Order: sequence, then C-alpha cells, then structure tokens
Amino acid sequence: MVTNVTSLTRSGLADFLVQRVTAVIIALYAMCVFGFFLVNPDMSHGELIGYFGSTPMKLFSTVTVLATVAHAWIGMWTIGTDYIRQHYFGEHATAFRLFYQCGCLLVLFLYTSWALPLFWGL
Amino acid sequence: MRTERPVFLSLSPNKFHWPITALASIAHRLTGIGLFVGISFLLWLLDLALSSEGGFVEAGRVMNLPLAKLGVIFILANLVYHLLAGIRHMLMDVHVGGSFEAASLSAWIVFALSTIAVAAIGAWLW
Repeated sequence: MVTNVTSLTRSGLADFLVQRVTAVIIALYAMCVFGFFLVNPDMSHGELIGYFGSTPMKLFSTVTVLATVAHAWIGMWTIGTDYIRQHYFGEHATAFRLFYQCGCLLVLFLYTSWALPLFWGL
Repeated sequence: MRTERPVFLSLSPNKFHWPITALASIAHRLTGIGLFVGISFLLWLLDLALSSEGGFVEAGRVMNLPLAKLGVIFILANLVYHLLAGIRHMLMDVHVGGSFEAASLSAWIVFALSTIAVAAIGAWLW
C-alpha cells in the first residue's frame, strides 16, 4: 500500500534545488513589488494597473505564482511528514496526512486559478 | 573498565532549553505556514485594488482599518523573517556559518534584523 507521497520530484536532492531556485524567484518578486509600493505611496488605480498589467510583470507574476506553488508544496509536505506521523497521531496518521496533503494541493490549486486569470485579465 | 558509559541527558521540559538555532528553524516553518494562509489576504487586496476604480478606493479604505493594517504587518513580518532565514539557510548550503557558534550568531542576527525591519514596515504602514 502506498503510504507516502514522495514530495514533488521523487528525489530529495532535486526538491532541495527546486526549493532554492523558487525561493530566489519569490524573493526577487516580493522585493520588486514591495519596492514599487514603497516608492509610490500615492499611486492611482491606473498606475497600479499599468505596473501589474505590463507584459514583463505579467510574466514575472506568472513565474512567481508557479514558483510559489512548488515552494509551498515542498515546504508543507516537509512539515506534514515531520509531524503528522504515528508517533504523534496514532494509527490514523497516514490517512490524516494524506487528507492534509490533499488540502494543501487544493489550496494551491485555488490560489493558482485565482491569481493567473487576475494577472492575465489586466 | 568501559569509560564510554551512556550519558544521561536530562531532557525534562524544565531543564531543556531550546537552542536559538532550533527556534530559528521552527520559526522558519511557522512563518512558512503563516505565508501559506496569509497570501490569500494579500491576493484578495490586490484583486480588489485592481478590479476597478471603486475597488481601488475600497481597498484603500480596507487598509485604513486597524485590524487590516495589523494583518498586513503580520503577514509581511512572516515574509521578512522567512526571507532572511532563507538567506541564512542558503549561506549554510555553500558552507558559510555552518558551525554551531556561527549558526547561533546568525540566528540571533536574523531575529534582530527581522524585528528592525518589521518595526520599520509597521511605522510605514500605520
């Protein structure tokens, strides 16, 4: 019986690398967006649309959304496998962990299907 | 006589102190979970602000509510800590600061820098 969902890439080393590459992408995006809000305290609606609606930012947002999904999944998977196990949760730990993992995937799917049309609809 | 006798480590809760490196690791996980949940609010705010001229005004009104300000500051605090702890992690990946002493020091630095950054962000947003 399959009792373990082996993370994202089925290789710990590849996950390790994916986690770091996606972290750099998300960090750069966060700093760009934060910087934009910082230097434009009195921005208008049009300026906000102009910023997020430009093609480079649409692509950057899309890449960051996908990076966030991979990053969050690896992180949440790691936390789940560390704590949701029989030692703490008894005999139903595997069922609970699979439920938790499905919940994480559902949330990430909802975020993606919310964010991507939002950016590409601008 | 065997000299390498098993050592009794008293790990009872009142004797055991979490090393700062363990707290840094746990905080990295907790802030990750915080961001997993908190990003929904930021996405909602951005969606509202982008939706229309009226939505933009409405988003500004929401951001004037003390609870919303606290919420955004809290989410950004999670982001700042998670980012700095991540940089610390990646420095360790390339064998910078891997010793316990260096890791303890860098954990303190990450906590201190996060506190300063969050105070600055709080002052800016409030």
